[in-house]
Amino acid sequence: MAVKAKSEKRKAQSQSVKLKIGKMELKNPVILASGTCGFGKEIEELVDINALGAIVTKTITLRKREGNPSPRIAETHSGILNAIGLDNDGLKNFMFEKIPYLRTLKIPVIVSIAGDRIEEFVKLTEETQKSSCVKAIEVNLSCPNVSHEGTKHAILAQDSHAVEQIISRLRKITKRTLIAKLSPNVTDIKEIARSAERGGAEAVSLINTYPGMAVDVSTMKPKLGNVTGGLSGPAIKPLALKCVWDAYNSIKIPVIGSGGIMTAEDAIEFMLCGACAVQVGTANFVDPNAPLKIANGIKKYLKDKRISSIKGLVGKLKTCKTN
Amino acid sequence: MIRVSDSYVPLLRRPFGAHEIGKDRIAILYKVVGKATKILSSKKKGKMLDVLGPLGNGFNIEASIVRAPEGRGRPSSIVLVAGGHGVAPLYALAKQLLASSHQLSVFIGARTKAHVICEKEFKKLGAKVYIATDDGSKGRKGLITSLLKNRLRALEIHKAVIYGCGPKAMLKEVGRIAKAKKIPCQLSLEEYMACGTGTCLGCAVKTRSGYKLVCKDGPVFDSKEIVWQ
Repeated sequence: MAVKAKSEKRKAQSQSVKLKIGKMELKNPVILASGTCGFGKEIEELVDINALGAIVTKTITLRKREGNPSPRIAETHSGILNAIGLDNDGLKNFMFEKIPYLRTLKIPVIVSIAGDRIEEFVKLTEETQKSSCVKAIEVNLSCPNVSHEGTKHAILAQDSHAVEQIISRLRKITKRTLIAKLSPNVTDIKEIARSAERGGAEAVSLINTYPGMAVDVSTMKPKLGNVTGGLSGPAIKPLALKCVWDAYNSIKIPVIGSGGIMTAEDAIEFMLCGACAVQVGTANFVDPNAPLKIANGIKKYLKDKRISSIKGLVGKLKTCKTN
Repeated sequence: MIRVSDSYVPLLRRPFGAHEIGKDRIAILYKVVGKATKILSSKKKGKMLDVLGPLGNGFNIEASIVRAPEGRGRPSSIVLVAGGHGVAPLYALAKQLLASSHQLSVFIGARTKAHVICEKEFKKLGAKVYIATDDGSKGRKGLITSLLKNRLRALEIHKAVIYGCGPKAMLKEVGRIAKAKKIPCQLSLEEYMACGTGTCLGCAVKTRSGYKLVCKDGPVFDSKEIVWQ
């Protein structure tokens, strides 16, 4: 019995939560989502960043953007509407002011980039990849709060042609892992995911926020300065899960899932539906330690279920077809 | 930032200012206005509260001390202007200022008599309290800023400093009065925010040097810096 207990213990310790996305190695599948953790420095005193899988920076653009007028945030039922408007100090500031701190992190840094025109994405990729700490580039094709030139669509990720064009162009100029961040507000997420895959992305990341609104009836005004915004938080989780499930079943590259993940259980749901890793966003605002708790919760789940690695979890949803 | 419950409604933490600052305790004063404050008000004594803070800056007391005329021994005039529950953090400030024996004038604006809070507490500190209510049920009828404008004439304004907290419209007017009278003025602003730590960029306010964050760069700003919208 003693021997058996010992061997079981050893087995239990062998659970691995490591994974690889493209060329990027993550020690666990929990990633800090763009726009919810600044450039790391802002949250360094609140959470042990190095204990997480990776960090996605706030989206940067070529030039400084002031962002949208206030109010930029409105809480709705189990969710947050935001219309920040890609407020950031631009590429140059990122290289000089943000990279020095990001370089000190022991986990992969994923830079989120956005632009109006394809040349801006190119320039952002060319410059940011010069820093060795930048292991991947998340191409933000899905911010609902800005407009773009060169497409008739409100959101770049609604245009499968634009998605493929941008990703394939970036593929030619970078060896870094390319992740396409997609929007849920599309007719068919499968089609868009396939475009990203065809373009040469090593992973897709979904979902970004759902476009939404809220109104203050006492003043008859919208609750956001930008009138419309993007909805995140637990309210969108079932919708996000469906998108992840659909994308997972239509492409071969990994899916990074996000949308209202607050707990380890939420994260595991996403992984069962096909996400190889998860991004935690809104939860960071409520509890900066949520990502760490989620990472530990996933580990515990694997141990309890005697699943030896992340692979044993990803896409293992038991539907009547698989049963 | 206080998280009032583990549920997702309300989802976010709520920001509060310190009303009293003790050696090992702080007190907050709030009005029940929505779900979060209602839940908070139902907490029993001895219960743990999930608090993230203190965050951001506070009123700059140095500003008034620097202006106290040196050698002449005459304290400067401190003017506090509060609208509604904007009284809360100004009381903590008044207590801090007590140590430097300033002449303290407190202007409290409220909707009705029932909405006037902390009048006695300020008087206990030796402050002269001026009150204006929307319906005239207490003090002057009308805006507190009109009363402020009138009374400032009687004060030694060349040595005054104004600190304000309350609704945006009131703060804007206080800033305008201070500018006209060339009185240094600090205002505590409020904006909707998600994180309180400078990551969501939700609580941006326009200043002369671009957007700044209420949670991290504020909530207190020099009124000259604020670009009102």
